[in-house]
Amino acid sequence: MIAKVGLDGHDRGARVIARAFRDAGFEVVYSGLHNAPEEIVQAAVQEDVDVLGISILSGAHNTLVPRVLEGLREHDALDDTLVIVGGVIPEDDEEELLDQGVARVFGPGTPIEETIEFVRENASER
Amino acid sequence: MNDTEAEELVERVLAGEQRALARAITKIEDRRQGYRRIASRLHEEAGDADVVGVTGAPGTGKSTLVDSATDVYRERGDTVGVVAVDPSSPYSGGAVLGDRIRLSSSVDDPGVFYRSMSARGSLGGLSTAVWDAVQALDASGKDVILIETVGAGQNEVDVVGYADTVAVVTQPGSGDTVQTLKAGILEIADVYVVNKADRSGVDRTVKQLEQIVEGRRQTGSGHQGFIDDDPSPESDRVEDGGWTPPVVETVATTGEGVDELVETVDDHLEWLDRSGTRRIKRVQRYSEKIRDLVRQELATEVSDKMHAEGGLEAYAQEVADGETDPYTVVESLVDD
Repeated sequence: MIAKVGLDGHDRGARVIARAFRDAGFEVVYSGLHNAPEEIVQAAVQEDVDVLGISILSGAHNTLVPRVLEGLREHDALDDTLVIVGGVIPEDDEEELLDQGVARVFGPGTPIEETIEFVRENASER
Repeated sequence: MNDTEAEELVERVLAGEQRALARAITKIEDRRQGYRRIASRLHEEAGDADVVGVTGAPGTGKSTLVDSATDVYRERGDTVGVVAVDPSSPYSGGAVLGDRIRLSSSVDDPGVFYRSMSARGSLGGLSTAVWDAVQALDASGKDVILIETVGAGQNEVDVVGYADTVAVVTQPGSGDTVQTLKAGILEIADVYVVNKADRSGVDRTVKQLEQIVEGRRQTGSGHQGFIDDDPSPESDRVEDGGWTPPVVETVATTGEGVDELVETVDDHLEWLDRSGTRRIKRVQRYSEKIRDLVRQELATEVSDKMHAEGGLEAYAQEVADGETDPYTVVESLVDD
């Protein structure tokens, strides 16, 4: 699932990523703009997704991403969901997010192939 | 997953646990180990839900309508399950499932469970995947289950045709809208919806649909029970034990007309029970399901056998070398 959290209205990047994954043979649930963390958690749980990609450009990653992780944990879904984050994330914050359970942060300009490759290699076998 | 684990998962589904329901659907969809046990246990617990199919051309507002109808059902206390089917790419097999975007009603409401599915379906095909998910939602206690598909491919039309009630969604248009609907889709409607009814041209579209309904009355085509000979104008709903599909106008974005749509669906469901048609429909649905499952099981068995003996390629080589022919190959694989 590709989700956009926060209030910024830019989802071009997220859409491009969703299509690239589709073209690589993935089924991608795209959840649209302005998702609250609780909505993302609910969607990820109901769709039973293997991978959750959170796109965030608003700078609020330090508050929003942990709420998603916490929600997944409450549903006992964090362990077998690969959570990745895309956006402009300062290095210190990146460390923090990785500590909390994000598998990888992809900054601007990351080739899409690299992201797909990462997902292929790391999505949990269940 | 052994029987005990399967049973445990089913218990959690019956207890209404979202994560367990989601997982059960995945396990069945992907034919993971133990899926048969889960599916048959869920089947035992299912059967109470009303299943409503919503289909129509792309862009007619089906997703928004489903969202809006979900609100109406929730307001009166019904729990709702949704299975939304999106087209998949014929090239990569992948899909972008975007109907969830229109979902506004259910945030943090445990009474709504929404599941997306690609038209590719699963290993078992689209119809099996959709109806297995419906069954799981039913077993988990959902009162109403909505299946949303784009009425583009025959496959998708077929899937939705087994619902208790089928709503076909159109919109006011250039006058050709109704005609351009995929053949076969008009015939399966129990209710016609003209969505975006705040736009111009709505009267014309309604009229066209009513003419089609009239045509169906006269030829007696369509669903069983549909045939009735009374042409009197007040007979536009139920009479003589028959059902004549009404045309309902909605504006899904504002919710206008959606109450009426839900009431019309209720009327149809009531008619299904009164006329005994619901049972006939279910028998049809299960016939199709059994047929699908038999086909899959046989296909799997044969392809395993083929694999064990060198694979499709090896057989194809033999045929190309003139050593055998496709019919003999198939016979040797199937006969015994």
